[in-house]
Amino acid sequence: MSDYNPMELMICVAARNLEDGATVVVGTGAPCAASMLAQKLHSPNLCIMFEAGGIAPILPAMPISVGDSRTIHRAIMASSMPEIMETCQRGMVDYTFLGGAQIDMYGNINSTMIGSDHAKPKVRFPGSGGANDLASLCWRTMMMTVQDAKRFTANIDFMTSPGYLKGGNSRYEAGLPKGTGPYRIITNMAIMGFDDETKWMKVLSINPGYARQDVQDNCGFELLWADAIGETEPPTDDELRILREEVDPHRYIIGR
Amino acid sequence: MSVELQEKGRELKSGINEIFTDPDADRARAFFRNKSRALKPKLSTVEEVVKTMIRDGDYIAIGGFGANRIPTAIVHEIVRQRKKNLGFAGHTSTHDFQVLSAGECFNRCDIAYIIGLEARGLSPNARRYIESGKVKLTEWTNATLSWRIKAAAMGLSFMPARNILGTDTFKYSGAKEIECPFTGQKYAAFPALYPDFAAIHVHECDIYGNCHLYGSSVSDQDLAKASKRVVITAERIIPNDEIRRNPEATFIPFWCVDAVIEMPYGSYPGNMPYEYFSDEEHLKEWLRVEKDPDDLKRFLDRQIYGTKNFYEYLELNGGIEKMKKLRAIELLTNGK
Repeated sequence: MSDYNPMELMICVAARNLEDGATVVVGTGAPCAASMLAQKLHSPNLCIMFEAGGIAPILPAMPISVGDSRTIHRAIMASSMPEIMETCQRGMVDYTFLGGAQIDMYGNINSTMIGSDHAKPKVRFPGSGGANDLASLCWRTMMMTVQDAKRFTANIDFMTSPGYLKGGNSRYEAGLPKGTGPYRIITNMAIMGFDDETKWMKVLSINPGYARQDVQDNCGFELLWADAIGETEPPTDDELRILREEVDPHRYIIGR
Repeated sequence: MSVELQEKGRELKSGINEIFTDPDADRARAFFRNKSRALKPKLSTVEEVVKTMIRDGDYIAIGGFGANRIPTAIVHEIVRQRKKNLGFAGHTSTHDFQVLSAGECFNRCDIAYIIGLEARGLSPNARRYIESGKVKLTEWTNATLSWRIKAAAMGLSFMPARNILGTDTFKYSGAKEIECPFTGQKYAAFPALYPDFAAIHVHECDIYGNCHLYGSSVSDQDLAKASKRVVITAERIIPNDEIRRNPEATFIPFWCVDAVIEMPYGSYPGNMPYEYFSDEEHLKEWLRVEKDPDDLKRFLDRQIYGTKNFYEYLELNGGIEKMKKLRAIELLTNGK
Protein backbone atom coordinates (compact mmCIF):
# COMPACT_ATOMS: atom_id res chain seq x y z
CA MET A 1 0.00 0.00 0.00
CA SER A 2 1.25 3.46 -0.89
CA ASP A 3 1.88 6.19 1.62
CA TYR A 4 -0.81 8.82 1.74
CA ASN A 5 -1.47 11.94 3.75
CA PRO A 6 -4.56 12.71 5.88
CA MET A 7 -6.10 14.96 3.21
CA GLU A 8 -5.79 12.21 0.60
CA LEU A 9 -7.45 9.73 2.96
CA MET A 10 -10.34 12.07 3.75
CA ILE A 11 -10.95 12.84 0.07
CA CYS A 12 -10.91 9.15 -0.87
CA VAL A 13 -13.30 8.22 1.94
CA ALA A 14 -15.65 11.07 1.03
CA ALA A 15 -15.64 10.02 -2.62
CA ARG A 16 -16.80 6.50 -1.68
CA ASN A 17 -19.98 8.02 -0.24
CA LEU A 18 -21.04 9.62 -3.52
CA GLU A 19 -22.96 7.11 -5.60
CA ASP A 20 -23.63 7.32 -9.31
CA GLY A 21 -26.65 9.36 -10.27
CA ALA A 22 -26.66 11.40 -7.08
CA THR A 23 -26.57 15.19 -6.87
CA VAL A 24 -24.03 17.06 -4.74
CA VAL A 25 -23.50 20.76 -4.11
CA VAL A 26 -19.84 21.45 -3.44
CA GLY A 27 -17.54 24.31 -2.59
CA THR A 28 -13.96 24.74 -3.71
CA GLY A 29 -11.19 22.56 -2.32
CA ALA A 30 -11.50 19.08 -0.83
CA PRO A 31 -15.25 18.57 -1.48
CA CYS A 32 -14.77 19.40 -5.13
CA ALA A 33 -11.80 17.02 -5.27
CA ALA A 34 -13.85 14.24 -3.64
CA SER A 35 -16.65 14.73 -6.15
CA MET A 36 -14.27 14.73 -9.12
CA LEU A 37 -12.61 11.59 -7.77
CA ALA A 38 -15.98 9.85 -7.39
CA GLN A 39 -16.84 10.78 -10.98
CA LYS A 40 -13.62 9.31 -12.29
CA LEU A 41 -13.84 6.13 -10.21
CA HIS A 42 -17.37 4.84 -9.81
CA SER A 43 -19.91 7.64 -10.35
CA PRO A 44 -19.52 9.02 -13.87
CA ASN A 45 -22.97 10.54 -13.65
CA LEU A 46 -22.56 12.19 -10.29
CA CYS A 47 -24.13 15.60 -10.83
CA ILE A 48 -21.85 18.26 -9.33
CA MET A 49 -23.52 21.60 -8.63
CA PHE A 50 -22.11 24.96 -7.50
CA GLU A 51 -24.11 27.49 -5.54
CA ALA A 52 -23.52 30.37 -7.97
CA GLY A 53 -25.38 28.38 -10.61
CA GLY A 54 -23.09 25.89 -12.38
CA ILE A 55 -24.69 22.47 -12.93
CA ALA A 56 -22.84 19.34 -14.06
CA PRO A 57 -19.72 20.92 -15.56
CA ILE A 58 -16.88 18.84 -16.91
CA LEU A 59 -14.27 20.45 -14.71
CA PRO A 60 -11.05 21.16 -16.62
CA ALA A 61 -9.30 22.18 -13.40
CA MET A 62 -10.02 22.83 -9.77
CA PRO A 63 -12.20 25.97 -9.40
CA ILE A 64 -10.87 28.87 -7.30
CA SER A 65 -14.38 30.16 -6.71
CA VAL A 66 -17.77 28.43 -6.71
CA GLY A 67 -18.75 31.07 -9.26
CA ASP A 68 -15.74 31.01 -11.58
CA SER A 69 -15.70 29.93 -15.22
CA ARG A 70 -14.51 26.42 -14.41
CA THR A 71 -17.84 25.69 -12.70
CA ILE A 72 -19.70 26.09 -16.00
CA HIS A 73 -17.10 24.53 -18.32
CA ARG A 74 -19.06 22.25 -20.68
CA ALA A 75 -21.84 22.27 -18.09
CA ILE A 76 -25.40 21.05 -18.51
CA MET A 77 -26.69 24.39 -17.25
CA ALA A 78 -25.38 27.75 -16.14
CA SER A 79 -28.16 28.72 -13.77
CA SER A 80 -28.48 31.01 -10.79
CA MET A 81 -28.12 30.93 -7.04
CA PRO A 82 -31.89 30.82 -6.42
CA GLU A 83 -32.12 27.95 -8.94
CA ILE A 84 -29.56 25.89 -7.01
CA MET A 85 -30.98 26.71 -3.58
CA GLU A 86 -34.56 26.06 -4.67
CA THR A 87 -33.49 22.71 -6.12
CA CYS A 88 -32.11 21.91 -2.66
CA GLN A 89 -35.32 23.11 -0.98
CA ARG A 90 -37.41 20.98 -3.34
CA GLY A 91 -35.56 17.86 -2.14
CA MET A 92 -33.53 17.15 -5.27
CA VAL A 93 -30.03 17.44 -3.79
CA ASP A 94 -28.60 14.41 -2.03
CA TYR A 95 -25.29 15.57 -0.62
CA THR A 96 -23.30 18.56 0.41
CA PHE A 97 -20.04 19.19 2.22
CA LEU A 98 -19.40 21.82 4.85
CA GLY A 99 -16.37 23.18 6.62
CA GLY A 100 -16.09 25.20 9.77
CA ALA A 101 -14.05 26.32 12.74
CA GLN A 102 -16.07 24.38 15.32
CA ILE A 103 -18.47 21.43 15.35
CA ASP A 104 -20.47 19.99 18.24
CA MET A 105 -21.79 16.49 19.06
CA TYR A 106 -24.98 17.10 17.06
CA GLY A 107 -23.08 18.20 13.98
CA ASN A 108 -23.91 21.91 14.38
CA ILE A 109 -21.20 23.98 12.73
CA ASN A 110 -19.67 27.40 13.39
CA SER A 111 -18.20 29.35 10.48
CA THR A 112 -19.21 32.83 11.70
CA MET A 113 -17.17 34.01 14.68
CA ILE A 114 -15.21 33.33 17.85
CA GLY A 115 -16.23 35.35 20.88
CA SER A 116 -19.44 36.15 22.70
CA ASP A 117 -20.37 39.60 21.33
CA HIS A 118 -21.83 39.29 17.85
CA ALA A 119 -21.52 43.04 17.25
CA LYS A 120 -17.81 42.98 18.04
CA PRO A 121 -16.44 39.52 17.32
CA LYS A 122 -13.08 38.47 18.71
CA VAL A 123 -12.35 36.64 15.48
CA ARG A 124 -14.65 37.04 12.50
CA PHE A 125 -15.02 34.40 9.77
CA PRO A 126 -16.91 34.75 6.47
CA GLY A 127 -20.26 33.60 7.90
CA SER A 128 -22.74 31.21 6.41
CA GLY A 129 -22.35 31.91 2.73
CA GLY A 130 -24.39 29.02 1.43
CA ALA A 131 -23.45 26.69 4.28
CA ASN A 132 -26.57 27.09 6.39
CA ASP A 133 -28.77 26.77 3.30
CA LEU A 134 -27.11 23.58 2.15
CA ALA A 135 -27.04 22.11 5.68
CA SER A 136 -30.72 22.97 6.05
CA LEU A 137 -31.96 21.75 2.68
CA CYS A 138 -29.75 18.96 1.26
CA TRP A 139 -30.58 15.44 2.36
CA ARG A 140 -27.17 14.48 3.72
CA THR A 141 -24.43 16.77 4.95
CA MET A 142 -20.84 15.64 5.22
CA MET A 143 -17.76 17.31 6.61
CA MET A 144 -14.07 16.67 6.06
CA THR A 145 -11.86 18.09 8.76
CA VAL A 146 -8.74 17.59 10.78
CA GLN A 147 -9.83 16.62 14.26
CA ASP A 148 -8.75 18.23 17.52
CA ALA A 149 -10.37 18.95 20.88
CA LYS A 150 -10.77 22.67 20.18
CA ARG A 151 -12.55 22.17 16.89
CA PHE A 152 -14.75 19.34 18.20
CA THR A 153 -16.38 21.07 21.15
CA ALA A 154 -19.65 20.85 23.08
CA ASN A 155 -19.80 24.65 23.18
CA ILE A 156 -19.51 26.18 19.75
CA ASP A 157 -19.38 29.99 19.86
CA PHE A 158 -22.00 30.44 17.13
CA MET A 159 -24.28 27.96 15.41
CA THR A 160 -23.96 29.04 11.79
CA SER A 161 -25.31 25.89 10.17
CA PRO A 162 -27.73 23.38 11.60
CA GLY A 163 -26.78 19.85 12.48
CA TYR A 164 -29.28 18.07 14.67
CA LEU A 165 -29.61 21.25 16.84
CA LYS A 166 -30.20 19.87 20.39
CA GLY A 167 -30.45 16.27 19.26
CA GLY A 168 -33.43 13.92 19.14
CA ASN A 169 -36.19 15.37 17.01
CA SER A 170 -35.28 19.01 17.63
CA ARG A 171 -34.06 19.66 14.08
CA TYR A 172 -37.43 18.81 12.58
CA GLU A 173 -39.41 20.48 15.36
CA ALA A 174 -37.57 23.70 14.49
CA GLY A 175 -39.10 23.43 11.02
CA LEU A 176 -36.14 22.16 9.02
CA PRO A 177 -37.10 19.61 6.35
CA LYS A 178 -37.77 16.10 7.61
CA GLY A 179 -35.13 13.47 6.94
CA THR A 180 -32.28 15.92 6.38
CA GLY A 181 -29.15 16.29 8.52
CA PRO A 182 -25.50 15.51 9.07
CA TYR A 183 -24.48 12.14 7.68
CA ARG A 184 -20.72 11.62 7.89
CA ILE A 185 -17.92 13.50 9.59
CA ILE A 186 -14.68 12.40 8.00
CA THR A 187 -11.57 13.32 9.98
CA ASN A 188 -7.90 12.45 9.78
CA MET A 189 -8.51 9.97 12.62
CA ALA A 190 -11.94 8.42 12.15
CA ILE A 191 -15.27 8.34 10.38
CA MET A 192 -18.29 9.38 12.40
CA GLY A 193 -22.02 9.15 11.86
CA PHE A 194 -24.86 10.03 14.23
CA ASP A 195 -26.95 7.89 16.59
CA ASP A 196 -30.40 7.23 15.14
CA GLU A 197 -32.27 8.23 18.30
CA THR A 198 -30.19 10.81 20.14
CA LYS A 199 -28.47 12.21 17.00
CA TRP A 200 -25.20 12.31 18.99
CA MET A 201 -21.97 11.84 17.07
CA LYS A 202 -20.94 8.19 16.85
CA VAL A 203 -17.64 6.71 15.67
CA LEU A 204 -18.12 4.17 12.88
CA SER A 205 -14.53 3.33 12.02
CA ILE A 206 -11.02 4.35 12.99
CA ASN A 207 -8.43 5.33 10.42
CA PRO A 208 -5.22 3.28 10.08
CA GLY A 209 -2.54 4.37 12.53
CA TYR A 210 -4.90 5.69 15.19
CA ALA A 211 -6.32 4.13 18.35
CA ARG A 212 -9.67 4.63 20.04
CA GLN A 213 -7.95 6.77 22.65
CA ASP A 214 -6.55 9.15 20.01
CA VAL A 215 -10.00 9.72 18.57
CA GLN A 216 -11.54 10.46 21.98
CA ASP A 217 -8.59 12.55 23.21
CA ASN A 218 -8.91 14.80 20.18
CA CYS A 219 -12.58 15.45 20.73
CA GLY A 220 -13.98 17.91 23.28
CA PHE A 221 -17.08 15.82 24.02
CA GLU A 222 -17.73 12.14 24.76
CA LEU A 223 -18.13 10.20 21.54
CA LEU A 224 -20.52 7.31 21.05
CA TRP A 225 -19.09 4.16 19.52
CA ALA A 226 -20.73 1.82 17.06
CA ASP A 227 -21.10 -1.81 18.18
CA ALA A 228 -18.47 -3.03 15.77
CA ILE A 229 -15.72 -0.50 15.13
CA GLY A 230 -13.75 -1.42 12.04
CA GLU A 231 -10.64 0.07 10.59
CA THR A 232 -11.29 2.56 7.80
CA GLU A 233 -10.23 1.07 4.50
CA PRO A 234 -7.14 3.06 3.49
CA PRO A 235 -6.98 4.69 0.05
CA THR A 236 -6.44 2.14 -2.70
CA ASP A 237 -3.70 2.48 -5.28
CA ASP A 238 -6.35 3.32 -7.87
CA GLU A 239 -7.91 6.02 -5.75
CA LEU A 240 -4.54 7.61 -5.03
CA ARG A 241 -3.36 7.44 -8.61
CA ILE A 242 -6.45 9.14 -10.01
CA LEU A 243 -6.53 11.69 -7.20
CA ARG A 244 -2.88 12.61 -7.73
CA GLU A 245 -2.66 12.39 -11.50
CA GLU A 246 -6.07 13.52 -12.70
CA VAL A 247 -7.96 15.31 -9.95
CA ASP A 248 -5.30 17.46 -8.31
CA PRO A 249 -2.08 17.20 -10.34
CA HIS A 250 -0.81 20.53 -8.98
CA ARG A 251 -1.40 19.34 -5.40
CA TYR A 252 -3.40 22.48 -4.57
CA ILE A 253 -5.52 20.53 -2.13
CA ILE A 254 -3.72 17.29 -1.35
CA GLY A 255 -0.52 19.28 -0.79
CA ARG A 256 -2.06 21.25 2.06
CA MET B 1 -34.98 42.92 20.83
CA SER B 2 -36.57 39.56 20.33
CA VAL B 3 -40.32 39.65 19.95
CA GLU B 4 -41.83 36.30 20.66
CA LEU B 5 -45.36 35.59 19.62
CA GLN B 6 -47.63 33.03 21.12
CA GLU B 7 -49.93 31.53 18.55
CA LYS B 8 -51.81 28.25 18.61
CA GLY B 9 -49.71 27.27 21.59
CA ARG B 10 -46.56 27.37 19.50
CA GLU B 11 -43.85 29.92 20.03
CA LEU B 12 -42.82 31.82 16.94
CA LYS B 13 -39.38 33.39 17.19
CA SER B 14 -37.84 36.50 15.67
CA GLY B 15 -34.28 37.36 14.79
CA ILE B 16 -32.93 40.16 16.96
CA ASN B 17 -30.92 42.21 14.49
CA GLU B 18 -31.79 45.25 12.44
CA ILE B 19 -33.36 45.16 8.99
CA PHE B 20 -31.52 47.94 7.16
CA THR B 21 -33.98 48.47 4.30
CA ASP B 22 -37.73 49.02 4.05
CA PRO B 23 -39.54 45.83 2.96
CA ASP B 24 -42.87 47.61 2.42
CA ALA B 25 -44.27 46.63 -0.99
CA ASP B 26 -46.58 49.62 -1.40
CA ARG B 27 -43.80 52.10 -0.76
CA ALA B 28 -41.70 50.17 -3.29
CA ARG B 29 -44.57 50.38 -5.80
CA ALA B 30 -44.82 54.12 -5.21
CA PHE B 31 -41.14 54.39 -6.11
CA PHE B 32 -41.41 52.15 -9.17
CA ARG B 33 -44.53 54.02 -10.32
CA ASN B 34 -42.28 56.98 -11.00
CA LYS B 35 -39.33 55.08 -12.43
CA SER B 36 -38.89 55.86 -16.13
CA ARG B 37 -40.00 53.20 -18.59
CA ALA B 38 -38.76 55.21 -21.55
CA LEU B 39 -36.71 53.43 -24.21
CA LYS B 40 -34.11 56.16 -24.24
CA PRO B 41 -30.31 56.19 -24.52
CA LYS B 42 -28.72 55.83 -21.09
CA LEU B 43 -25.01 55.98 -21.81
CA SER B 44 -23.11 57.53 -18.95
CA THR B 45 -19.74 57.51 -17.22
CA VAL B 46 -18.52 55.86 -14.05
CA GLU B 47 -17.75 59.20 -12.46
CA GLU B 48 -21.18 60.61 -13.24
CA VAL B 49 -23.08 57.51 -12.12
CA VAL B 50 -21.37 57.29 -8.75
CA LYS B 51 -21.72 61.05 -8.24
CA THR B 52 -25.42 61.24 -9.10
CA MET B 53 -26.86 57.80 -8.36
CA ILE B 54 -25.32 57.05 -4.95
CA ARG B 55 -25.84 59.30 -1.95
CA ASP B 56 -23.96 58.84 1.30
CA GLY B 57 -26.05 56.55 3.48
CA ASP B 58 -27.65 54.66 0.59
CA TYR B 59 -27.98 50.89 0.64
CA ILE B 60 -26.11 49.29 -2.27
CA ALA B 61 -25.69 45.85 -3.82
CA ILE B 62 -23.07 44.58 -6.24
CA GLY B 63 -23.88 41.97 -8.88
CA GLY B 64 -21.82 38.95 -9.82
CA PHE B 65 -20.05 36.69 -7.39
CA GLY B 66 -17.31 38.49 -5.48
CA ALA B 67 -14.47 38.15 -7.97
CA ASN B 68 -16.52 36.87 -10.89
CA ARG B 69 -18.34 39.20 -13.26
CA ILE B 70 -18.15 42.20 -10.94
CA PRO B 71 -18.51 45.89 -11.88
CA THR B 72 -15.05 46.76 -10.57
CA ALA B 73 -14.97 50.28 -12.05
CA ILE B 74 -18.05 51.28 -10.04
CA VAL B 75 -16.68 49.70 -6.86
CA HIS B 76 -13.40 51.61 -7.28
CA GLU B 77 -15.18 54.86 -8.01
CA ILE B 78 -17.26 54.52 -4.82
CA VAL B 79 -13.96 54.38 -2.94
CA ARG B 80 -12.37 57.14 -5.05
CA GLN B 81 -15.29 59.51 -4.43
CA ARG B 82 -15.09 58.57 -0.73
CA LYS B 83 -18.73 57.60 -0.34
CA LYS B 84 -19.54 56.98 3.30
CA ASN B 85 -22.05 55.31 5.62
CA LEU B 86 -23.43 53.04 2.94
CA GLY B 87 -25.43 49.93 3.67
CA PHE B 88 -24.10 46.90 1.84
CA ALA B 89 -25.55 43.56 0.77
CA GLY B 90 -22.70 41.18 1.62
CA HIS B 91 -24.19 38.64 -0.73
CA THR B 92 -21.62 36.50 -2.53
CA SER B 93 -19.19 39.34 -1.91
CA THR B 94 -15.45 38.74 -1.87
CA HIS B 95 -13.14 41.15 -3.74
CA ASP B 96 -15.90 43.78 -3.95
CA PHE B 97 -16.29 43.62 -0.18
CA GLN B 98 -12.52 43.84 0.23
CA VAL B 99 -12.31 47.02 -1.89
CA LEU B 100 -15.25 48.73 -0.17
CA SER B 101 -13.79 47.76 3.22
CA ALA B 102 -10.47 49.30 2.22
CA GLY B 103 -12.35 52.54 1.54
CA GLU B 104 -14.36 52.19 4.78
CA CYS B 105 -17.38 53.03 2.67
CA PHE B 106 -20.11 51.20 4.58
CA ASN B 107 -21.28 51.16 8.18
CA ARG B 108 -23.94 48.44 8.06
CA CYS B 109 -23.93 45.10 6.33
CA ASP B 110 -26.31 42.26 5.60
CA ILE B 111 -24.03 39.27 5.80
CA ALA B 112 -24.17 36.14 3.75
CA TYR B 113 -20.46 35.79 3.04
CA ILE B 114 -17.91 38.48 3.87
CA ILE B 115 -14.17 38.93 4.47
CA GLY B 116 -13.13 35.83 2.56
CA LEU B 117 -11.98 35.39 -1.04
CA GLU B 118 -12.95 31.71 -1.13
CA ALA B 119 -9.97 29.43 -1.87
CA ARG B 120 -7.62 32.46 -1.86
CA GLY B 121 -7.96 33.07 1.87
CA LEU B 122 -9.30 35.85 4.10
CA SER B 123 -8.79 39.59 3.63
CA PRO B 124 -6.80 40.86 6.62
CA ASN B 125 -8.10 44.41 6.25
CA ALA B 126 -11.77 43.51 5.77
CA ARG B 127 -11.44 41.38 8.87
CA ARG B 128 -9.97 44.28 10.87
CA TYR B 129 -12.78 46.51 9.65
CA ILE B 130 -15.48 44.08 10.78
CA GLU B 131 -13.76 43.16 14.05
CA SER B 132 -13.41 46.90 14.87
CA GLY B 133 -17.13 47.09 15.63
CA LYS B 134 -17.55 50.05 13.22
CA VAL B 135 -20.01 48.11 11.07
CA LYS B 136 -23.49 47.05 12.14
CA LEU B 137 -23.97 43.40 11.22
CA THR B 138 -27.08 41.39 10.50
CA GLU B 139 -26.62 37.71 9.62
CA TRP B 140 -28.28 36.06 6.66
CA THR B 141 -27.18 33.42 4.15
CA ASN B 142 -26.64 33.20 0.41
CA ALA B 143 -30.06 31.66 -0.24
CA THR B 144 -31.71 34.02 2.22
CA LEU B 145 -30.37 37.15 0.53
CA SER B 146 -31.19 35.67 -2.89
CA TRP B 147 -34.76 35.15 -1.72
CA ARG B 148 -34.99 38.56 -0.04
CA ILE B 149 -33.99 40.06 -3.39
CA LYS B 150 -36.40 37.73 -5.20
CA ALA B 151 -39.26 38.82 -2.91
CA ALA B 152 -38.54 42.43 -3.90
CA ALA B 153 -38.29 41.44 -7.58
CA MET B 154 -41.77 39.93 -7.20
CA GLY B 155 -43.09 43.12 -5.61
CA LEU B 156 -43.69 41.43 -2.25
CA SER B 157 -42.69 42.30 1.30
CA PHE B 158 -41.38 38.88 2.35
CA MET B 159 -40.53 35.36 1.27
CA PRO B 160 -41.03 32.15 3.27
CA ALA B 161 -38.34 29.48 3.23
CA ARG B 162 -37.18 26.40 5.11
CA ASN B 163 -33.53 27.23 5.86
CA ILE B 164 -31.81 28.83 8.90
CA LEU B 165 -34.51 27.78 11.40
CA GLY B 166 -33.15 26.87 14.84
CA THR B 167 -29.68 28.38 14.34
CA ASP B 168 -27.75 31.42 15.58
CA THR B 169 -27.77 32.62 11.99
CA PHE B 170 -31.55 33.00 12.43
CA LYS B 171 -31.17 34.53 15.89
CA TYR B 172 -28.81 37.27 14.65
CA SER B 173 -30.82 37.90 11.49
CA GLY B 174 -33.94 40.01 11.07
CA ALA B 175 -36.05 36.99 10.04
CA LYS B 176 -39.26 35.84 11.72
CA GLU B 177 -40.86 32.46 12.08
CA ILE B 178 -44.31 32.07 10.57
CA GLU B 179 -46.77 29.26 10.05
CA CYS B 180 -48.08 28.26 6.67
CA PRO B 181 -51.81 29.16 6.58
CA PHE B 182 -52.51 25.99 4.58
CA THR B 183 -50.38 23.28 6.20
CA GLY B 184 -49.27 24.68 9.55
CA GLN B 185 -45.65 24.12 8.53
CA LYS B 186 -43.20 26.42 10.27
CA TYR B 187 -41.23 28.69 7.93
CA ALA B 188 -38.63 31.41 8.21
CA ALA B 189 -39.98 34.65 6.72
CA PHE B 190 -37.41 36.95 5.11
CA PRO B 191 -38.10 40.64 4.52
CA ALA B 192 -37.91 41.79 0.92
CA LEU B 193 -34.69 43.63 0.09
CA TYR B 194 -35.10 46.67 -2.17
CA PRO B 195 -31.59 48.18 -2.54
CA ASP B 196 -31.28 51.90 -3.33
CA PHE B 197 -28.58 51.15 -5.89
CA ALA B 198 -27.16 48.15 -7.71
CA ALA B 199 -24.30 47.83 -10.17
CA ILE B 200 -24.17 44.77 -12.44
CA HIS B 201 -21.50 43.85 -14.97
CA VAL B 202 -22.65 41.99 -18.09
CA HIS B 203 -21.23 40.84 -21.39
CA GLU B 204 -23.34 42.92 -23.74
CA CYS B 205 -25.84 45.69 -23.43
CA ASP B 206 -27.51 48.12 -25.82
CA ILE B 207 -27.69 51.86 -25.13
CA TYR B 208 -31.13 51.42 -23.55
CA GLY B 209 -29.99 48.86 -20.98
CA ASN B 210 -31.15 45.60 -22.57
CA CYS B 211 -28.58 43.06 -21.42
CA HIS B 212 -27.07 39.76 -22.44
CA LEU B 213 -25.28 37.90 -19.69
CA TYR B 214 -23.55 34.54 -19.99
CA GLY B 215 -22.48 32.02 -17.38
CA SER B 216 -23.88 31.69 -13.87
CA SER B 217 -26.24 34.57 -13.22
CA VAL B 218 -26.12 34.40 -9.39
CA SER B 219 -29.00 36.71 -8.28
CA ASP B 220 -28.58 39.37 -10.89
CA GLN B 221 -31.87 39.11 -12.73
CA ASP B 222 -33.76 39.58 -9.47
CA LEU B 223 -31.29 42.24 -8.31
CA ALA B 224 -31.93 44.33 -11.43
CA LYS B 225 -35.68 44.19 -10.74
CA ALA B 226 -35.44 44.73 -6.99
CA SER B 227 -33.12 47.75 -6.97
CA LYS B 228 -34.38 51.31 -7.22
CA ARG B 229 -31.47 52.57 -9.31
CA VAL B 230 -29.43 50.25 -11.54
CA VAL B 231 -26.26 50.82 -13.51
CA ILE B 232 -25.03 48.29 -16.03
CA THR B 233 -21.38 48.12 -16.99
CA ALA B 234 -20.85 46.02 -20.10
CA GLU B 235 -17.89 44.46 -21.85
CA ARG B 236 -19.45 45.66 -25.12
CA ILE B 237 -22.23 47.96 -26.23
CA ILE B 238 -24.22 46.22 -28.95
CA PRO B 239 -26.80 47.57 -31.39
CA ASN B 240 -30.44 47.32 -30.36
CA ASP B 241 -30.94 45.16 -33.48
CA GLU B 242 -28.93 42.40 -31.85
CA ILE B 243 -31.29 42.42 -28.90
CA ARG B 244 -34.35 42.32 -31.16
CA ARG B 245 -32.90 39.52 -33.29
CA ASN B 246 -32.77 37.20 -30.28
CA PRO B 247 -35.23 38.41 -27.64
CA GLU B 248 -35.02 35.10 -25.73
CA ALA B 249 -31.51 36.08 -24.75
CA THR B 250 -32.48 39.37 -23.08
CA PHE B 251 -31.52 38.80 -19.48
CA ILE B 252 -32.29 42.24 -18.05
CA PRO B 253 -34.76 44.54 -19.87
CA PHE B 254 -34.28 48.26 -20.32
CA TRP B 255 -36.88 49.45 -17.83
CA CYS B 256 -34.87 48.08 -14.94
CA VAL B 257 -31.83 50.07 -15.97
CA ASP B 258 -30.99 53.75 -15.30
CA ALA B 259 -27.49 54.02 -16.75
CA VAL B 260 -25.25 52.09 -19.13
CA ILE B 261 -21.46 52.23 -19.32
CA GLU B 262 -19.22 50.41 -21.79
CA MET B 263 -16.40 48.97 -19.73
CA PRO B 264 -14.20 46.40 -21.49
CA TYR B 265 -12.33 44.20 -19.00
CA GLY B 266 -14.69 45.71 -16.44
CA SER B 267 -14.62 42.70 -14.14
CA TYR B 268 -10.81 42.82 -13.79
CA PRO B 269 -9.14 41.59 -11.56
CA GLY B 270 -12.14 39.30 -11.37
CA ASN B 271 -13.07 36.56 -13.77
CA MET B 272 -15.45 37.19 -16.69
CA PRO B 273 -16.88 33.96 -18.09
CA TYR B 274 -15.89 33.30 -21.71
CA GLU B 275 -13.81 36.53 -21.74
CA TYR B 276 -10.90 36.48 -19.29
CA PHE B 277 -9.87 34.72 -16.10
CA SER B 278 -9.18 36.37 -12.75
CA ASP B 279 -5.75 37.92 -12.16
CA GLU B 280 -4.66 35.73 -9.29
CA GLU B 281 -1.31 37.51 -8.90
CA HIS B 282 -2.99 40.87 -8.41
CA LEU B 283 -5.56 39.42 -6.01
CA LYS B 284 -2.67 37.91 -4.02
CA GLU B 285 -1.03 41.34 -3.97
CA TRP B 286 -4.19 42.79 -2.40
CA LEU B 287 -4.09 40.14 0.33
CA ARG B 288 -0.38 40.71 0.87
CA VAL B 289 -0.44 44.50 1.20
CA GLU B 290 -3.43 44.33 3.53
CA LYS B 291 -1.34 42.69 6.24
CA ASP B 292 0.18 46.09 7.05
CA PRO B 293 -2.19 49.12 7.15
CA ASP B 294 0.62 51.41 5.90
CA ASP B 295 1.31 49.15 2.93
CA LEU B 296 -2.40 49.11 2.18
CA LYS B 297 -2.57 52.90 2.31
CA ARG B 298 0.29 53.21 -0.18
CA PHE B 299 -1.28 50.54 -2.37
CA LEU B 300 -4.66 52.30 -2.39
CA ASP B 301 -3.04 55.66 -3.10
CA ARG B 302 -1.32 54.16 -6.12
CA GLN B 303 -4.09 51.88 -7.40
CA ILE B 304 -7.31 53.77 -6.66
CA TYR B 305 -6.95 57.29 -5.23
CA GLY B 306 -3.99 58.02 -7.51
CA THR B 307 -5.61 56.73 -10.68
CA LYS B 308 -8.06 58.92 -12.56
CA ASN B 309 -10.24 56.04 -13.66
CA PHE B 310 -10.48 52.31 -14.25
CA TYR B 311 -8.46 52.49 -17.50
CA GLU B 312 -5.48 53.90 -15.62
CA TYR B 313 -5.85 51.09 -13.12
CA LEU B 314 -5.83 48.52 -15.95
CA GLU B 315 -2.72 50.11 -17.45
CA LEU B 316 -1.01 50.15 -14.08
CA ASN B 317 -1.53 46.41 -13.77
CA GLY B 318 -0.33 45.27 -17.14
CA GLY B 319 -2.78 46.74 -19.62
CA ILE B 320 -3.66 44.89 -22.79
CA GLU B 321 -0.72 42.48 -22.46
CA LYS B 322 -2.07 41.29 -19.12
CA MET B 323 -5.58 41.05 -20.55
CA LYS B 324 -4.32 38.83 -23.36
CA LYS B 325 -2.76 36.48 -20.81
CA LEU B 326 -5.96 36.35 -18.76
CA ARG B 327 -7.98 35.71 -21.90
CA ALA B 328 -5.74 32.78 -22.78
CA ILE B 329 -6.20 31.29 -19.31
CA GLU B 330 -9.96 31.70 -19.58
CA LEU B 331 -10.19 30.14 -23.03
CA LEU B 332 -7.72 27.36 -22.14
CA THR B 333 -5.57 28.49 -25.06
CA ASN B 334 -2.47 29.23 -23.00
CA GLY B 335 -0.92 25.87 -23.79
CA LYS B 336 -1.14 24.65 -20.20
